Amino acid sequence: MQKLEGVVIPMQPTSISIQLLAGNENYDEMPHLKPLVPFDDTVISFFDELSMILMKHPQGRDFPDVITFGFFIRKANIKRQMKSYTCLRSNVGRGVSFHIAPSNVPINFAFSLAVGLLSGNACIVRVSSKSFPQTDIVSDAISSVLEKSKFSDLKRYISIVRYQRNNEINNFFSSLCDIRVIWGGDNTISELRKSPLPPRSFDITFADRYSFCIIKAEEYLDMQNKKKIAIDFYNDTYLFDQNACSSPRLIYWVGSAKLVSQAKEFFWSFLHEALIDKKYKLQSMTAINKYTASCQSALDYNNVEIPKVLDNLISRIELKNLPEDLPERTCGGGSYFEYTDDEPDKLFDIVSRKFQTLTYIGYTRSELNSLFIGKGALGIDRIVPCGKAAEFSLIWDGYDLISHMSRVVSID
Amino acid sequence: MIDNSFLTKPVFGLDSTSKSEFFIERLRLLSLHHYKSCNSYKKLLDAINVNPEEISDSSSIPFLPVSLFKQYDLMSIDSDDVIKTMTSSGTTGQQVSKIYLDRNTALLQTKALTKILESFIGSSRLPMIIIDSSSVIKDRSMFSARGAGILGFSIFGRDKVYALDENMELDIEALEFFLKKHIGKKILLFGFTFMIWQHFYKLLKENDYYIDLSKGVLIHGGGWKKLENQSVSQGKFKEEIKAVCGVEEIFDYYGMVEQTGSIYMECEFGHLHASIFSDVIIRRSIDFSVAEIGEEGIIQVLSMIPESYPGHSLLTEDKGILLGEDNCPCQRKGKFFKVTGRIKNAEIRGCSDTYATNFN
Repeated sequence: MQKLEGVVIPMQPTSISIQLLAGNENYDEMPHLKPLVPFDDTVISFFDELSMILMKHPQGRDFPDVITFGFFIRKANIKRQMKSYTCLRSNVGRGVSFHIAPSNVPINFAFSLAVGLLSGNACIVRVSSKSFPQTDIVSDAISSVLEKSKFSDLKRYISIVRYQRNNEINNFFSSLCDIRVIWGGDNTISELRKSPLPPRSFDITFADRYSFCIIKAEEYLDMQNKKKIAIDFYNDTYLFDQNACSSPRLIYWVGSAKLVSQAKEFFWSFLHEALIDKKYKLQSMTAINKYTASCQSALDYNNVEIPKVLDNLISRIELKNLPEDLPERTCGGGSYFEYTDDEPDKLFDIVSRKFQTLTYIGYTRSELNSLFIGKGALGIDRIVPCGKAAEFSLIWDGYDLISHMSRVVSID
Repeated sequence: MIDNSFLTKPVFGLDSTSKSEFFIERLRLLSLHHYKSCNSYKKLLDAINVNPEEISDSSSIPFLPVSLFKQYDLMSIDSDDVIKTMTSSGTTGQQVSKIYLDRNTALLQTKALTKILESFIGSSRLPMIIIDSSSVIKDRSMFSARGAGILGFSIFGRDKVYALDENMELDIEALEFFLKKHIGKKILLFGFTFMIWQHFYKLLKENDYYIDLSKGVLIHGGGWKKLENQSVSQGKFKEEIKAVCGVEEIFDYYGMVEQTGSIYMECEFGHLHASIFSDVIIRRSIDFSVAEIGEEGIIQVLSMIPESYPGHSLLTEDKGILLGEDNCPCQRKGKFFKVTGRIKNAEIRGCSDTYATNFN
């Protein structure tokens, strides 16, 4: 049995149960690797080469998420991201990061790997045990880039692994890591927390969250690009069956009843067109679940209105007040609560720790800044324009990931 | 409370025009009654802006998702008037439907079931074998779907025997005694499809024990999901059952605890039939519009029976196909259809995780 700084590392479970998709199989070695600095040159050039493979990948057309990732990791973008990190000069990676990727956003593991490496850490990334083509595309590309001799040292910092649910393996990787990054929501977090961490290590957790959208009716009505807004909104919601943490489930309309009702008519009919254009496939059970969610709201709340709509692609539930338990209602598949008020301030009554992303239409950044920042709201970690809800950034869920995953060395 | 004259009409004898006149009226009155007596039902109709007075055809009667009965206690009577609470079958930990019956609705259920079954087994009561254990019906105030089914069908039996003991083992002694006593007579057999297969058929087959039930009529229901998992088709089921006990007449039925009584019986041609007490509408999932004959969709069931709870129009989680109306070769009028299975759970993308379910 090995020991690292007095902490016992459990024996590596039989290697058959851990499938290595790319990188280093010598997991025990990882805690002994020298941490890198954030935005290390070799790491940047590794991602740039990876980006070139992915952007030109023959299957790229079928998997826009792979292309999005490829775009994110290209050198120019990383350099741009770096600009906001000039204060990190004396930072260094914490050591080993262990990432547990969610089982239904295929590309997420790759973004998690990117932040882990860019902040200077060796990365063990457990991909979902479900098989996705995206996982293979990206892992194979990683393997081929790592074959180059200039990356032979970097190869030791990367392990992309897959294994079935197994506490023993969770224990093993947890014992090796300085930071554990848990995606996938509340259940996964409590599952992984059964595996102890070394004393100085900590978790970065991405729990179940709730997101919503605020629309100023008057401004929206003046906008010329309603079709594009509809596509943006589609990308925030239906692209992930409205089930990503950042997908809005509540639409808070601001304006007079008359303007809002006009705005709604445009907004929902443009969205419907977008759904038809994108050939969104509604599953039978989703249609039933959405109808059930509407019925439940009608029963649980007072004076709910369920407007007649063309079909079951968009389900709308109009509320007369904002109940606190809204974040518990996560039907998905295109089920929206709507609330209308002259002012946005009613939001404060319900914003809890669960609230993550606020997307907006018809507001300026500075308006929202003065409305929400420093006003003592318990939640809301991101305020982004409609269309950018799912856009990955190095600041996510309220964490500045690069800062969190690196260590500050203070020198006086 | 509402006019019950429909009970005297021929149960499979009216074509669509003559049925719809009073069927829609009864359903409209039921909707109105539940609107006035059940606050939850009223809230729903108000939310979707439906005035029950204005219901003019059966496809415009609002439907409740059947799962609502799992999450809510829905009733249109004073809770003092509840004489029976029926629950759907569900494994431990699962939520079950709760259906509240008063004397009147319970009576209507029995009457409807009697009329429907008479069309298949005649009106005289028969010696009856219940292919289940008597332990299912021990508590008479709380009825599981299984218990309710057994008790409901029991009214057709005059001398009853349970084929299974408390451990779900064949009670051979009781069966042999029963068969000796009723030798040569027509016998009614009743049970749940899966129970029959698992605890009756398999044991007979394993033990190479043949009982002569060639004069029997077997009625079974409860769904095919578990048997589909074992790759047992409806055809194979009939064939195999016949091989171990000689029973020739086997009828499946489609029904649910939320609409006990007005069940859909399978005819000699393998079609499930709506009776005068019920109707079935197949809906498209994209917009819940009414599907064509031959087009698969979500099954909505309508029943004239439920007065004590707002369950007269329900959207099920089953898929089915309407095969025709008024023209089944069995001569029974009304719609006939088939059930093509349960609607499978939606596969949803997104980051709300399913770690536990995926890895178990």
